[in-house]
Amino acid sequence: MKETRLGEFEEVILLLVGILGDEAYAFKLSEEFESQTKRSVSIGAVHSTLNRLSEKGFLTSEMGGASPERGGRRKRIYKITALGERILSEARDFRVSLWSQYPGFAGG
Amino acid sequence: MNNNMPKPPKYAERLLCWFLKKELVEEVMGDLNEKFYNTLTKKSLAKAKRNYWYQVLFYCRPFAIKNYRSNSIYFMMYKSYFKISYRNLLKNRGFAFINIGGLALGMSVAILMATWVFDEFSFNKVHSNYEKIAQVLRLNNWGGEFGTSVNGSNVTGLGTLLKETYPDKFKHVLTTNFRIQEVVLSSGTDHFSQQGYFMSPDGPEMLSFDMLYGTRSGLKNKNSILICQSLAHKFFGDQDPVNKVVRLNSRFDLRVAGVYSDFPPNSTFAGTTYTAPLELFTGGTEGLEVWDNYNMKIYVQLQENADMENVSSLIRNAMLPHVEADREETKPTLFLNPMKKWHLYSQFENGTRVKSDRMKMTQLLASIGLFVLLLACINFMNLSTARSEQRAKEIGVRKSIGSRRKQLISQFLTESILLSIFSFFIALAIAWVLLPWFNSLTGKEMVLPLYNYKAWLIGICITLFTGLLSGSYPAFYLSSFNSLHALKGTFKVGWKGTLPRKILVVFQFTVSTMLIISTLLVFTQIQHAKDRSIGYQREGLLVLPKGSPDLYDKYEVLRNELKRSGAVLEVGEANYPLTNTLGNNNEIEWEGKDPDFSPTFNTIRVNFDYGKTINWELIAGRDFSRLYPGEAQQAVIITDSARALMGFEDPIGKSIHFESEFYGGPDFTIVGVVKDMVKGSPFEKVRPAIMFLTEKESFWMFMRLNPGLPISQAITTAEEVFHSVVPNAPFEYKFMEDEYAKKFRSEERIGSMALFFTIVAIFISCLGLYGLAAYMANKRMKEIGIRKVLGASIASLWQMLSKDFIKLALIAICMATPLAYYFLNNWLGQFEYRTDLHWWILAAGGAVGILITLLTVSHQAVKAAVTNPVDSLRSE
Repeated sequence: MKETRLGEFEEVILLLVGILGDEAYAFKLSEEFESQTKRSVSIGAVHSTLNRLSEKGFLTSEMGGASPERGGRRKRIYKITALGERILSEARDFRVSLWSQYPGFAGG
Repeated sequence: MNNNMPKPPKYAERLLCWFLKKELVEEVMGDLNEKFYNTLTKKSLAKAKRNYWYQVLFYCRPFAIKNYRSNSIYFMMYKSYFKISYRNLLKNRGFAFINIGGLALGMSVAILMATWVFDEFSFNKVHSNYEKIAQVLRLNNWGGEFGTSVNGSNVTGLGTLLKETYPDKFKHVLTTNFRIQEVVLSSGTDHFSQQGYFMSPDGPEMLSFDMLYGTRSGLKNKNSILICQSLAHKFFGDQDPVNKVVRLNSRFDLRVAGVYSDFPPNSTFAGTTYTAPLELFTGGTEGLEVWDNYNMKIYVQLQENADMENVSSLIRNAMLPHVEADREETKPTLFLNPMKKWHLYSQFENGTRVKSDRMKMTQLLASIGLFVLLLACINFMNLSTARSEQRAKEIGVRKSIGSRRKQLISQFLTESILLSIFSFFIALAIAWVLLPWFNSLTGKEMVLPLYNYKAWLIGICITLFTGLLSGSYPAFYLSSFNSLHALKGTFKVGWKGTLPRKILVVFQFTVSTMLIISTLLVFTQIQHAKDRSIGYQREGLLVLPKGSPDLYDKYEVLRNELKRSGAVLEVGEANYPLTNTLGNNNEIEWEGKDPDFSPTFNTIRVNFDYGKTINWELIAGRDFSRLYPGEAQQAVIITDSARALMGFEDPIGKSIHFESEFYGGPDFTIVGVVKDMVKGSPFEKVRPAIMFLTEKESFWMFMRLNPGLPISQAITTAEEVFHSVVPNAPFEYKFMEDEYAKKFRSEERIGSMALFFTIVAIFISCLGLYGLAAYMANKRMKEIGIRKVLGASIASLWQMLSKDFIKLALIAICMATPLAYYFLNNWLGQFEYRTDLHWWILAAGGAVGILITLLTVSHQAVKAAVTNPVDSLRSE
């Protein structure tokens, strides 16, 4: 079985795929990543992560439409699978449970 | 789409298509295109293109790269070569380590040296008008023994003249004080003593100051100042310092007009922490028309269309109409020294350019770098050859199943090139780690030129060359084996086979031994100069420049208070510090002087307490004393060499004549003789000196700390007393001991570098020797076994195995000693005060060489000698 733990970068990318919906392809994701996190990232890095997440079964993808600034080339649109959504919510629940055990922040 | 739209870089696209999996090409190229046009809307085309490249390079990830397969025989063959090389490395790990490690070390030294040379040649390139800037130099013919000399000092009048007369030739003319000037700058309660220049307003523009705040035109107002970033930070922290007020020498309130980033160390103007208007230095605009005070440097920047040579000959006689009559005889002519020649090509002898010391140093280091690299290559060759004899069987098999000689050659070459490429990257890492240390050693701030594609190109070329060179011998030699003999194992390597190897070992050891001897000599010479008696006591002596006017007229109070505190034994003053030889005069007359003889004396003005403070050593007569208050302006003390020069047997009470208001007189009486004092370079002859007594206060104050107290306590107490007497002046002192130690810096640098090279060279040679010895012992395993069975002792076996190498080392020493003697005698010749090239230095060098050889070889020899013969004889 492939490893199902999510790294920080993977988690952010997975969330961004969910946020961007029909616009979730490598270039848009890297732009969104940079604008949301203020960290720079190469498209290749994002693409390789998308590829890894697909192999783990968290994402599916299909080819979408073309546009002139892409030189008439199509883009690959990614979608979260049910497994992906479950993994994301597990990750969040885990964080929340950790936060609630932290006395300084409990209840706050 | 419009055809004129900018397009992504073609080569990047091609590269991408070449390595990218086919099924990914469409989406990836689409994404990158979109990214490209997106970047284009925000940034320049060049940036967008660069970003495209960056994106392409970051697609080099395992998931995206296609699996390269080819059925061409060449591809298959090279694949097999790689595989065999790799397996060979793994099989002989120790050997591979020695081989790659040695080569990598040699290469890293070569890289460091190349960085040094690169840095030397890029000196001053930080100034963007590099090509168009020149310094105005002056050629004077003094006649007689003085000959012709080239001097950079000029008069302010010349600067003004050049600017006004040739506006079509000079874009900027910069007049600045000759020597970097130390001043005290203060803001509020902060006082810092800083070095910098007073410049005419063109300076910042011409030298392309990198302004962080304010503008380059700041010096146009004579009540303003530009300061460097680090000084601005010391005064004002992170605030914008523009329009803040800084006080110069407690006299002028200057408005900060701008802040520039500090000059890097490879600029002539490094260390310029402030730049103030020239008029402050000359005292108003009339000071810019002076023709008799040579205290300026003049730089010019040519107009775009002006030619350096032409302008240089145009201004040749510009001074003549303005100089005084006695100067006119010396025919002062001017010429331009372009900026690119300042650093490496500006040494003049008798008015002509000669090869500069810096250039010699650079060439020396470059050749040493090459030598070390050569040593490493030799090692590599030696070990590969020795080792490859064991691969004779492999060659036999390859040959008998149809391998051609050409293929064998390319196999060995591939192997050695692979190793050298591998070594190159390790060497880069080593160089990167060593660089900070190397920087502190050389006092530079170099970085590896990693962003310079030329540097990479040179590096790769040298690597390939190294690989080819070191692989060539084994490749051609081994492939020549007769396959039948090789397979039967009967081929013999006669003296012909081992001779080249022996020659290489001898060469290596000759170089190493020479380096050992040189290092020993450099350190002996430095120690010799350090042990020199300097005529005063530098330990526990503080020197304090009186940069602030508050300090004047306080000498008596300050001296009394400091002495009363117990922290200071004595306080004295002089108009020059103890660590330079400024203040020279040749117009001194004495009884019985030959009228044609006018030697130069170092003349300084001291007060009553100077001698007691620095602890000079009286030989005859007495020290100045307050008991004879009338002797100020009248009495002098001379040094022993001055006495010898004047030819006095008993100089006390003799009088000298010197027309100079500054010193008093004009007739002076000699009251004492002191030992010579080393104030200039400790490697040179001492200058004869005359100390004139004065009651006036001088710029340099000296304090003799009480040796009974710990230094830190004495200084704290002295500082408290100092501030209670003069609250507004900075207590900025220097230890005489440190100042004196600075004189050894460049020699110590050479020493440390020589040591470093010696260690590397020895290490590389030892690695090679170690590998060779291991190989030899291994080859004679059976022989050793049989000898042992027949009763040979360990000692005799050790002797047998070491003998060959010792013989080689002896030959190397015989060659190294005379060579070293020749070169080092030359080197020593440049010092006036020098040690002898003692025989024991040569002997010690040789002995160390032999010892190292013996240690290296013995380890292997003893290991082979103590092996149980059963192990070596069992098989077969």
